[in-house]
Amino acid sequence: MNMNDAVFIILGFITLLGAVGVVSFTNIVHAALSLVMSFLGVAGLYFQLQAEFLGLVQIMVYAGAISVLIIFAIMLVMDRDPDQTNVSHKVNRWWGGLIALLFAAFIGFAIRESHFTGQAASTGADRLGQIAELVLGNYVIAFEVAAILLLVAVVGAIILAKGAKEQ
Amino acid sequence: MFAWSLELAWLIVLLPFAAFALIGLFLHRWPRLSASLSILAIGLSFILSVLIAAHVFLGGMQEPFELSIRWLAMPGLNVDMGLLIDGITGVMLIVVTLVALLVQVYSLGYMHGDPGFSSYYAYQSVFAGSMLGLVLANNFGQIFVFWELVGLASYLLIGFWFGRDSAKNAAVKAFVTNRVGDFGFLLAILFLQIIFGTLNFNGLAAEIAGYTNTAILIGISILLLAGPIGKSAQFPLHVWLPDAMEGPTPVSALIHAATMVAAGVYLIARAYFIFSTTPEAMMVIAVVGGFTALFAATIALVQNDIKRILAYSTLSQLGYMVMAMGIGAMTAGMFHLMTHAFFKALLFLAAGSVIHAMANEQDIWKMGRLKDKMPVTTWTFVIGALALAGIPPLSGFWSKDEILLGAFASGHMGLYLLGTLVAFLTAFYMFRLIFVAFFGSNKGGEHAHESPLVMTVPLVILAVLAVVAGFVGSPLMDYAFAHYVTYPGAVHHDPNIMVMVISALVAITGIILAWAIYQKELISHLALREKFQGIYTLLYNKYYIDEIYHWLGQRFIDGTARVLFWFDIYVVNGLVNGIAALTGGAGKVLRYTETGQVQTYAGYMLVGVIVIVGLVLIAGFAMLI
Amino acid sequence: MIGFQHYLLLATFLFAVGIYGVLTKRNAVAVLMSIELMLNSVNLNFVAINRYLVTDHAVGQLFALIVIVVAAAEVAVGLALIISIFRQRKSVNLNDFNLLKW
Repeated sequence: MNMNDAVFIILGFITLLGAVGVVSFTNIVHAALSLVMSFLGVAGLYFQLQAEFLGLVQIMVYAGAISVLIIFAIMLVMDRDPDQTNVSHKVNRWWGGLIALLFAAFIGFAIRESHFTGQAASTGADRLGQIAELVLGNYVIAFEVAAILLLVAVVGAIILAKGAKEQ
Repeated sequence: MFAWSLELAWLIVLLPFAAFALIGLFLHRWPRLSASLSILAIGLSFILSVLIAAHVFLGGMQEPFELSIRWLAMPGLNVDMGLLIDGITGVMLIVVTLVALLVQVYSLGYMHGDPGFSSYYAYQSVFAGSMLGLVLANNFGQIFVFWELVGLASYLLIGFWFGRDSAKNAAVKAFVTNRVGDFGFLLAILFLQIIFGTLNFNGLAAEIAGYTNTAILIGISILLLAGPIGKSAQFPLHVWLPDAMEGPTPVSALIHAATMVAAGVYLIARAYFIFSTTPEAMMVIAVVGGFTALFAATIALVQNDIKRILAYSTLSQLGYMVMAMGIGAMTAGMFHLMTHAFFKALLFLAAGSVIHAMANEQDIWKMGRLKDKMPVTTWTFVIGALALAGIPPLSGFWSKDEILLGAFASGHMGLYLLGTLVAFLTAFYMFRLIFVAFFGSNKGGEHAHESPLVMTVPLVILAVLAVVAGFVGSPLMDYAFAHYVTYPGAVHHDPNIMVMVISALVAITGIILAWAIYQKELISHLALREKFQGIYTLLYNKYYIDEIYHWLGQRFIDGTARVLFWFDIYVVNGLVNGIAALTGGAGKVLRYTETGQVQTYAGYMLVGVIVIVGLVLIAGFAMLI
Repeated sequence: MIGFQHYLLLATFLFAVGIYGVLTKRNAVAVLMSIELMLNSVNLNFVAINRYLVTDHAVGQLFALIVIVVAAAEVAVGLALIISIFRQRKSVNLNDFNLLKW
């Protein structure tokens, strides 16, 4: 067991723990914080997978902006005792649990039985440069569309949150 | 001689149909024009028939003339339309066109003033065309088509006075009874087509000659016989003919005496190549014919309606013809068909003249002394009756004698005795009618008057024919008739003087007995009726056959209706309601899946994904392709 | 020792937890958070494949980037929706949003 593996295990643990926390805590604020922890774990995993730029973006966007957004929203819609805000449906949780379990089992089984070829070595090339080339090269349209999407989302969110008033 | 006329034979059928179409479509409003057109058409057909007959009989025609065109060609089925002209056809053409022409002329007087005058002539034309098409046909399919058309024309004409319930019912009864027979006929045709692949007479004759499966042939023969039993009113499908007297009397003369009912006999003659190979079927034919002859004659003894008496007489004579066919005397049967057409048409038309003069009175007991007021009618009627009774040297004597001779000489003693008995009864009931209605002492005929010329001339023509037509088949002309109307394997019997004498004597005895009872009243007929009350009632009510059929029909139809009703209510309705209930029930159960909550729907989607993934894992990736 | 499959398995478990959250939580915001978990697991998958199977281009990372962008937009709009629903119905309990119920 080398360093790589140990780091993976720790990071994986953090991620999963955070995820479980999201669905377990009955206090939604605790759940949100647990979500942040999960994001950070995933960011770490990105670093380990030699996607440094992506890891940074993850931290900035997810753990930074999105989490804050979520917490703001939670605060705005808190209408009851905080400890009661994130309860699970009494009947559905068994069905949900079953479905999740089956899903994990089947996919996990499939992954186990698959033979993946081409476990190539990492090239250590300039990742960021490559991303840049792709973004402004072959996938420039995706890039532009994503930008427009963000614009639309911002405008839409503002309108929705403001409420439609009589003009 | 007139060989070119053969090429035009199809006109014989076409002209009356054209007349029918024109009258029906355009000329309805002009009765006299309609009648003229119809008579013109049948007149032309008659002339053409005469030319053809001259060629056939006097022009030395060697072989039957056939002309056919392909009408329907499918893989495995070829149906032709065609003409076949031989000796039998020649005879039938003359008989049908002549009698039809005379009847149509006669109808000018009889149906004068009737509101349906134009329609009457239209129907007469369609009947004539159909009958001629039947006679000229060269294959079974065509015969069947025209057979049905003739039945249709009969229906239209029987129910001509459709305001009368009795007429309507009679028309339906005629058609339905015919249909029953036609069912067997059609089955026979289908079998012939399936087994032999052709319906053409000459083609079938060739094929059957070498065919050995007698069981099939007997089956086909019996089925084929069902048609004539219906159309020619043999027992047990005879019930429609007496009721058919509801139609106008000229119609009865044409259709139910001379031509349509003869179509069955004609069919047997045409199909003789099938029947002659199956002696068992022939026996059936003979027995059916003989039984019908006796059966009808007994009923005629006690009827009081002049047309009914003649109707049962027709049934009886048809029985004679069929019996002749059955014992192998095809020539004699056709000969009797010809003579019977003439004298029976005469009798009916004369009866019509009487009815017309007596203001539609048909009960013979209400008539009397007609001979003074209506001499032409009376004496033509007497001539017809003498011919029917078989008094030499009138035509009926020769033809009936041929039949009796055939029975005697070929060893069918039972049938011979039966035929002789029926001859006696025939003479008796016919002269009963004559003595009561024409010579009786009743005052009923006081106001009668002779009918107009247009009605009496046909009577005279037919009377002449009734006298002379028999000579063509008699020894005096060396059996000319048999020379032309015969079939392979026919046996010619030498004339037997004893048979001739006996049949003549028997007829004369019948006449004398009738004279004794009804004219001179040596024995009171009322006393006889008292003495034989039971038999009298049985005969008068036609052996209650109609009532039996009615009862059977009720049982059958009621029972079937009840079963089908149950089926409809419980099975069909149940099925439909069941499907509705099923849908409703499914809906009631399934609606609980619509919880309105998004999470539920997301759950359903994921279940779907899991199922697919599971199937792929189990069955391999190939399942997704 | 830790290979490609482990990353995939981790992503699968993450996804499964997300499923559980989506299906069972009554608070709309919690459902949204679970959706974020699922998106993260997908991103992890892409990057792992990029690292281990298709190493010449950085397309996997690019795609993960775009997913992050879209997720951000989606969260923004989603939360705005939740807030506006809250204003209308005074509740974010998903059980109450059952207008399509039979």
